[in-house]
Amino acid sequence: MNEKSQAPAIELVGIDKKFGAVHANKNINLTVAKGSIHGIIGENGAGKSTLMSILYGFYQADQGTIRIAGETTTIKDSQAAIAAGIGMVHQHFMLVENFTVLENLMLGAEGGALLAKGTDAARAALKKLEEDYELEVDPDAIVEELPVGLQQRVEILKAMYRGAEILILDEPTGVLTPAEADHLFKILGVLRDQGKTVLLITHKLREIMAITDTVSVMRRGEIVATRKTSETTVEELAELMVGRRVLLQVDKGAANPGEVYLSVRNLTVKDGRGVTMVDNVSFDVRAGEIVGIAGVAGNGQSELLEAITGIRKPTSGEIFICGEPVAGYDPAKLRSIGVAHIPEDRHHMGLVLSFEESQNAILGYHRDDKYGKGPFLAPDLIRQAATVDIEKYDIRPPNPRLKTANFSGGNQQKIVVAREIERDPKLLIVGQPTRGVDIGAIEFIHKRIVETRDAGKAVLLVSVELDEIRSLSDRILVMFAGKVVGEKTPDTGEQTLGLMMAGIAA
Amino acid sequence: MSTASFPLPRWIDYAVLPLLNLMLAFLVSGLVVWIIGENPIEALKLMLNGALGRGEGIGFTLFYATNFIFTGLSVAVAYHAGLFNIGSEGQAYLGGLGAALVALALDHYVPWYVTMPFAILGAAAFGGLWALIPAWLQAKRGSHIVITTIMFNFIGAALMVYLLVNVMIVPGKMAPESRTFLEGGQLPKLDWLMAMFGLKLGPAPFNVSFLIALVMCFLVWVLIWRTKLGFEMRTLGLSRSAAAYAGIPYTKIVIITMLISGGLAGMMALNPVLGASARLQVEFVGGAGFVGIAVSLMGRNHPIGIIIAAILFGVLYQGGAELSFDMPNITREMIVVIQGLVVLFAGALEYMFRPALVRVYQQFTKG
Repeated sequence: MNEKSQAPAIELVGIDKKFGAVHANKNINLTVAKGSIHGIIGENGAGKSTLMSILYGFYQADQGTIRIAGETTTIKDSQAAIAAGIGMVHQHFMLVENFTVLENLMLGAEGGALLAKGTDAARAALKKLEEDYELEVDPDAIVEELPVGLQQRVEILKAMYRGAEILILDEPTGVLTPAEADHLFKILGVLRDQGKTVLLITHKLREIMAITDTVSVMRRGEIVATRKTSETTVEELAELMVGRRVLLQVDKGAANPGEVYLSVRNLTVKDGRGVTMVDNVSFDVRAGEIVGIAGVAGNGQSELLEAITGIRKPTSGEIFICGEPVAGYDPAKLRSIGVAHIPEDRHHMGLVLSFEESQNAILGYHRDDKYGKGPFLAPDLIRQAATVDIEKYDIRPPNPRLKTANFSGGNQQKIVVAREIERDPKLLIVGQPTRGVDIGAIEFIHKRIVETRDAGKAVLLVSVELDEIRSLSDRILVMFAGKVVGEKTPDTGEQTLGLMMAGIAA
Repeated sequence: MSTASFPLPRWIDYAVLPLLNLMLAFLVSGLVVWIIGENPIEALKLMLNGALGRGEGIGFTLFYATNFIFTGLSVAVAYHAGLFNIGSEGQAYLGGLGAALVALALDHYVPWYVTMPFAILGAAAFGGLWALIPAWLQAKRGSHIVITTIMFNFIGAALMVYLLVNVMIVPGKMAPESRTFLEGGQLPKLDWLMAMFGLKLGPAPFNVSFLIALVMCFLVWVLIWRTKLGFEMRTLGLSRSAAAYAGIPYTKIVIITMLISGGLAGMMALNPVLGASARLQVEFVGGAGFVGIAVSLMGRNHPIGIIIAAILFGVLYQGGAELSFDMPNITREMIVVIQGLVVLFAGALEYMFRPALVRVYQQFTKG
């Protein structure tokens, strides 16, 4: 072995990047050995994505040196990154959905004006890649017809086809079932054994423990620690991420279910194209209990929530709230009878990002006379009310006049949670309460949801995070392909739930 | 955060940036003037002098500005709800019919200040109703409001010509226009206001409509930023999905917004019809509806900005007319080119200098 192959795959020395007043990366020093899986973990806004964007050529560092395989490299764009042997699998896939796998693979490397030659070469290369790395996928399948796990595999193949020695994966398991995630980890293991280097960016501690060799923790733009995975614990990593001790387990007592507050009967919802998204679903939620709906994203949970909260008209079936038939009520009417809704997507539904904080704190409740007499709105009253919530929910910065887009994800979510829970609803509908939210805020939001239950409210929770469902729910319903395929208790094993979510066992 | 979203102090965003844009527009206009063989400095002097030099010039400038305030407000109100109303031109034209019908009906019997409130209502009602059909089509059928409002401009123009030529024309006359309103159907000029500043209005048609426009500016401000309806409009304009989540009814808000927008455009007719010519004529809107789009854009859809931008365009209109009179090389079309450059730099390219300004600002705040 010569000296070069001994050099670390990636060496970052003194990387520094500022965006205006925001110091996104502070003097980052990072060494990743060749043939290893290195995890980078940190809360949202800790600077993980910025660092990877610098490595992949989306941004230029203000200062610092990048060495790839021992050679100082300037990465001025993604072309240069590919040339340096760096491949990236984005959180949101960069695939042409109505192309075949092979066509996607060739994209940007067509090999001349006529396709035939390139196609043959790509097909041969794909076959070799499949053999080398156990990455089977049908080259002639249309990408949009493949399950998400296979689409991701196409992304990995794309990177390998371009000769990547270093593979960066950005939050790769967000859209996968537990089984698919396990399969991905197996693939990454094979890649490592073949001498490739993998950088895994995630905020899920479990994944770090499961697959990585070494792990770096980022906080506020700095790498605060690098550990051998075998020598650290989940608790230590969580503490390093947040900078204080955190409670990973939700602290909650037994449920005390009362009368039925929400009752869904034979609910069917079709989307705009006439595809059945929710298929003949029936269930009850009682006062004083949290019912969790588990499922892989896109199995009808969103449509179910939208139907219950009046955003989407059900095609058939009935919804009762405290005995009152409410199918066909609009969201304003539902709010008035005590339905609060923390929506799945705070950016598109829960908030208007260019409003100031106080305006979002009244969204949906703005007709209330509390905020101004008759047709008028009084900004002073709104800001006063917002200030109360800001204090109670520790929303930072505590400025009701600040534009909502300038709050962090966790604080934005707290604005929504405060608005909905503080109305003292009978029924709280919660979708993905902690998506893109940092650990500290997760703890806080979970506590509020449990408190709401303990105050005798009915809570319906939808989340794609199985851990969240299991730790918060008193009963778990599993949704697959628009149907509720089973009900389980929260102590049911992850394996069982995972199989149900994949539609394999009921 | 990139330089595009970096927060700058308001005075830079709202004063320095538009001024830079305006200067660039004038610089390029100067270049054009120079190419056709005239002295740009001289041209600028003539223009400013023509628009702001004497009482009469100022009177004309503010007369034009009044038109643009109304149409600018019309565009801005729709814009806040996420609707691009290109139809202010046609709505103003129809508004003229409403105002004229009131004037024709009442001018024999009552003084102007009794006619005025009815004329305002008539103009607003006709303008609003002309916006109602595109609004309904957008809200219920998803027909894009940009397309339908443009089409309604043509329909409106055809309808008005038909009415003026066949119905409202004075028997025996050639000109396609209504009879002249009596004093009870005319809005008085604002000689007294000019006199307060020691200026003589002369024959300029600057009239009470200007004050109505200012009142509307205030009412629009209240509507958008101080009412629940305005909150719902802005929510819808910024995020249709958040509006749906909040239970804000799309159809209702679209229709109400367009009624208000069309109503404001319709009121523009008060100025030329009741304030200046005292009769309904063909093509009296003369493009003010389209200028309103530029005015709203430049004025950042805020009433104060709209007043300033409307006066700027008033200066361009009046000063441009004087300029083409004094410099025969600079034709009416050249003036349109200059106005186009202002729209281009101050409206369409309004953020062109922002990244540079951010860098300069960061240098200063650092040091």
